[in-house]
Amino acid sequence: MEPFVTLRATGVVLPLENVDTDQIIPARFLKTTDRLGLGNNLFADWRYDSSGAPKPEFVLNSPEAKAAQILVAGKNFGCGSSREHAPWALLGYGFRAVVSSEFADIFRNNALGNGLLPVALPEPVVDRIGALIANEPQASFVIDLETQTFALPSGELFDFHVDPFARHCMLEGVDQLGYLAKKEHAIAAYERTRAGAY
Amino acid sequence: MTQTLPRTLFAKLWDDHLIQAESNATPAVLYVDLHLVHEVTSPQAFSVLRERGLKVRRPDRTLATMDHSTPTTPRGADGRIPVVDVQARAQLAQLEQNCADFGIPLFTLGSEHQGIVHVIGPELGFTQPGMTIVCGDSHTSTHGAFGALAFGIGTSEVAHVLATQCLLQRRALSMEVRVDGVLAPGVTAKDLILRLIAEIGVGGATGHILEYSGSAIRALSMEERMTVCNMSIEAGARAGMIAPDDTTYEYLAGRPHAPRGADWDAALARWRTFAGDAGSMRDRTVILDANSIKPMITYGTNPGMGIAVDAPVPTPSHLSDASERRALEKALAYMALEPGEMLLGKAVDVVFLGSCTNSRISDLRLAAAVMRGQRVASSVRMLVVPGSQEVKRQAESEGLDQVFRDAGAEWREAGCSMCIAMNGDELRPGQYAVSTSNRNFEGRQGKGGRTFLASPLTAAASAIAGTIADARHYVGGR
Repeated sequence: MEPFVTLRATGVVLPLENVDTDQIIPARFLKTTDRLGLGNNLFADWRYDSSGAPKPEFVLNSPEAKAAQILVAGKNFGCGSSREHAPWALLGYGFRAVVSSEFADIFRNNALGNGLLPVALPEPVVDRIGALIANEPQASFVIDLETQTFALPSGELFDFHVDPFARHCMLEGVDQLGYLAKKEHAIAAYERTRAGAY
Repeated sequence: MTQTLPRTLFAKLWDDHLIQAESNATPAVLYVDLHLVHEVTSPQAFSVLRERGLKVRRPDRTLATMDHSTPTTPRGADGRIPVVDVQARAQLAQLEQNCADFGIPLFTLGSEHQGIVHVIGPELGFTQPGMTIVCGDSHTSTHGAFGALAFGIGTSEVAHVLATQCLLQRRALSMEVRVDGVLAPGVTAKDLILRLIAEIGVGGATGHILEYSGSAIRALSMEERMTVCNMSIEAGARAGMIAPDDTTYEYLAGRPHAPRGADWDAALARWRTFAGDAGSMRDRTVILDANSIKPMITYGTNPGMGIAVDAPVPTPSHLSDASERRALEKALAYMALEPGEMLLGKAVDVVFLGSCTNSRISDLRLAAAVMRGQRVASSVRMLVVPGSQEVKRQAESEGLDQVFRDAGAEWREAGCSMCIAMNGDELRPGQYAVSTSNRNFEGRQGKGGRTFLASPLTAAASAIAGTIADARHYVGGR
């Protein structure tokens, strides 16, 4: 996993609530055995028409979206299926952070485990960021995971919170399996206490 | 210490599986009793194990099946189910290879016990009260019907559990859903859960574990309880749970992997310690009156967009919140529905009876009772997809397959099928379907397809009518 310390980037706005993982990456693309290569099909049914051509009205097809690394979306982002293909697709496209007022539980876990930062901010702040981008698509934001702050171009700062352990793993670029594997002794001891329970 | 206070079922199971308690700096390490695996969300996890030279720690607590991308088309002359999709075939072959390499029991396509992962776990008796159960699938919440703590995980976490039999978890909040009263004839467990989600919304239980209680929940059969717990995720909950009782124990007795003899007596004594609804501290409570629940149907593009089948489609201009108004407008545009439109009498193209929500034998019996001696409307294609090979055999032994075939419906092999539309069973753009599945997201049942979620009774009634129908007019006792 690539470490995430600070990110200076532009954003793109998807002003919708309850964006489900079936929209992020439709199920027909889950027949892969790889985690790479999903970025081209991110939001496929909103992004492309029936002939496969990009729909000009969809936000990811705007010229500004190409360089954007921050996705700003409505509340309850990532609801529905547990597919980790959703953060893989967002990362594959080039996003490093998603800003919303609320994330679905499984999506948030999956994102954190892959170095895609879910930034939860109060709804009015998310709306302000959205309006700012609509007004000035080149607006650049700074996300600092060390201080857990989101900075507007004006320098105004907003605090956000990330689970301390997930934050540690992202800052260091280490995944959580290594930590769990070190618990082997405790796991074996626990299993001995429960022998025959099932 | 919390031990001296009454604990919720969730708290009991959490405490019982803690290897390391959580602190501010680190999440809890939670032990997993049963890990269910399928072809779609596991390949990348096995790749992680290979990259790091790790083994599967407890293959004996791991169970794999094929369900998501498997065809449900008839068997060939050789008795096998042909997989024509090259990518799906490769993914299924990968699962076979992974299970062989790592020593995991696997129910291959078309074999005796193959089926939807959340149907076979319970029917074979693997799913038991007091267990922690995970799977790379959000509908793992189904198993909570047995008083298990069961939830969906991502593929990275699948690798964690394969390698260590543990997960890193922050403790969720607890929400009680109390349902008292009696469901009217024609109203089912599916209507109950659709009503709950309509009431609290698709994010209404985010961060929570739902514990269902009340006389209407106690009156449900195990299969009905599974329908309720299955869709807990659609309200945003990690899991749904129902404390075990005699209904639970009666269902489990004699199942192939349920304990037997003295082991059964010991297990039963332990399971009884997880029983009981009352007296526990919860973070939130929601109350529903079962008497007031009507057959439900969704009109929009998430499972929270549901109404009573005889109610009009909501009107965006009646909503004060701009964001909600926009969401409703977008949903109605996708569904090609008008504000205030009545759904009763709306023509449909497809009826899908199946999925981990409603593909068990009792679901098929309900639908067959409505369809016996009737015909599916000529304008409608109806697919009946049993949840497992076992459900399929049972239905055939009762002659239910013949009821469906005689009515003009398709009787198919077991799998997830048109619920997730990965296997070739899909809607065409613009088609309307009444579906007993769990998600009406845009394109979920096929690109451009439009889904009305409903109960097996409503599905059967609608198939006969050719239009969305009120199940109460099709059942006895009215």
